[in-house]
Amino acid sequence: MVRRAHGRAPLVAEGLFRAAAFACAGFVLVVMAGLFVVLLYRSRLSIDRFGWGFLWSAAWDPVRDNFGAASSIFGTVASTVIAMVIAVPLSLVIALFLVEVAPPRLARPVSYGIELLAGIPSIIYGMWGLFVLAPLMATNVQPAMQRVFGKLPLFAGPPMGIGILTAGLVLALMVLPFITAVVRDVFALVPPVMKEAGYGLGATTWEVTRKVTVGYGMKGIVGGVFLGLGRAIGETMAVTFVIGNDHRIAASLFASGNSIASTLANEFTEASEPVYLSALVELGLILFVVTLVIQVLAQLWLTRLARQAGSTS
Amino acid sequence: MTRSRKSWVMGSVAAALALAGGLAFGQTTITGAGATFPYPVYAKWADAYAAKTGVHLNYQSIGSGGGIAQTKAKTVDFGASDAPLTQQQLDEIGLIQWPMIMGGVVPVLNVPGVKPGEVSLTPTLLADIYLGKVANWNAPEIAAANPGVKLPDLAITVVHRADGSGTTWIFTNYLDKVSPEWHTKVGTSTAVSWPTGVGGKGNEGVSAYVLRIKGAIGYVEYAYCLQNHMTYALLRNAAGNYVSPTAKAFQAAAANADWKDAPGYYLVLTDQPGAESWPITGASFILFYKDQPNAAKAKAVLSFFAWCYANGQKMAEDLDYVPMPKNVADMMEANWTAKVRSAGQAVWK
Repeated sequence: MVRRAHGRAPLVAEGLFRAAAFACAGFVLVVMAGLFVVLLYRSRLSIDRFGWGFLWSAAWDPVRDNFGAASSIFGTVASTVIAMVIAVPLSLVIALFLVEVAPPRLARPVSYGIELLAGIPSIIYGMWGLFVLAPLMATNVQPAMQRVFGKLPLFAGPPMGIGILTAGLVLALMVLPFITAVVRDVFALVPPVMKEAGYGLGATTWEVTRKVTVGYGMKGIVGGVFLGLGRAIGETMAVTFVIGNDHRIAASLFASGNSIASTLANEFTEASEPVYLSALVELGLILFVVTLVIQVLAQLWLTRLARQAGSTS
Repeated sequence: MTRSRKSWVMGSVAAALALAGGLAFGQTTITGAGATFPYPVYAKWADAYAAKTGVHLNYQSIGSGGGIAQTKAKTVDFGASDAPLTQQQLDEIGLIQWPMIMGGVVPVLNVPGVKPGEVSLTPTLLADIYLGKVANWNAPEIAAANPGVKLPDLAITVVHRADGSGTTWIFTNYLDKVSPEWHTKVGTSTAVSWPTGVGGKGNEGVSAYVLRIKGAIGYVEYAYCLQNHMTYALLRNAAGNYVSPTAKAFQAAAANADWKDAPGYYLVLTDQPGAESWPITGASFILFYKDQPNAAKAKAVLSFFAWCYANGQKMAEDLDYVPMPKNVADMMEANWTAKVRSAGQAVWK
């Protein structure tokens, strides 16, 4: 039994605090559930009309009211995959450099630079992509790639500069600072005593890095990667500028395409027909569900890692 | 109350009263949204009108589709659309529409070594390019229409609109009329299922893409072509002549317009007869509710447009638009008097 040293006030405050904390947490859950319910409700017209076929139909015809999510899903997946393939190895290496190799005088400004990159608004990345990167790709990079790999269908088509590859590159640049910052912090938290133990046994820097630092920080790395993935999947303005806004699925990296977010950004304000609007809301629902699934998978993977780490230590 | 807190409270009350008083005499703003096609001329008119009367226009150039949607949602005082609504659609929503300005949609291209007006296109050729059937600038079909012009071996990148656009509506209306294949495969609308090409947001976006991609072809309202110094193509009109997009050519097409007999003033000006007519001419319309909740605001909006009808011709012609002739303007103002009501009373007298 609590001794009331100062009267009822502390108990009342305690009760209020608990209630407020529960309310705020509950509010978050309510908003999330509400979002899902509203998305589901507003896409019922489209779900009734197209059913599951919506997911793999590549049509997008506002004149005949025939819509399909396949081209948008393909563009989202393709640009995200390209972004992660480029960004994840790069950010691991940068983080390792910052923690293990760089002298502090160099590590600090580079760290600040990375954090600045993370804070730049995405629309600036989009404008930079359109005005700087796209012409560079069109005049130098893409023709060079075509000269080397020309015959492959992956590099076919006119080098326009805008398209899935450029969108993937811009996304990689946006996602890189996030992953680097998280992974750098994780690596910095590796207990020095473990690294010293490795050095004491005669391991080189690379061996200690590979076996101790990365192994210890695997959970954080996975967390950082999923954070970057979440950002890349939903990124709107940067992708809209450089992806080409074309509803089709093409095998070439140089082809233009569309992502779910860029489709919504381009067409939502003008969709006045009910089925059109409903199809767009269903696209939003798909994105919501995909993001949710990725989060759940991330949590499952992290739990598994924690259990493994627990069992070996 | 302590002295400092009392003076703080008095000070904020005084400030609030001053602000309220100031707002009562503050500027009026009328809001509109829609077509990017007439945006340059609306912006110019609004500037001059604000300098003269202090009434400001806040116009969001979001595309005709957006204009129609925002009008339906009643978030703006008026909507603007290059795609006219049919009488049935107008009655369903409770709107009237009137044409405010006319202009031309121009095919623009970016081919190294080609100057403005050097390349000529026939109607079916333009349709075939947009259908994806003609994919390179050195194709025989293009060479046939352009004897003596040196065209490089460069892939054609088609640029169209990514958003819901009245400019698209006018352009696809023209292609629909001249190409049976376009009619069956694609059709006319503010947003269509484009067989090929990349999409830019607004006339501004299409201009940006065409300027940046070698081998691109796009369609923009003529003011954008002029302002950005773009390379335009000549088009063969219904009379068989290759015409340049000029104010004279737009006026020649607009001269055929019979506004009096058009129900709800739904009139399309593409592929008009006349030796000098530009084939892809169109009018841009204003959408306005017949039943206005606020009579003063409705009058402010109509006053702005009446002023533009009366005083905006020179500014419009400077940008190579075609202003509405006086008899049409009078017809429209009579329509406002007849149709626009607020609480049962006529707004425009």
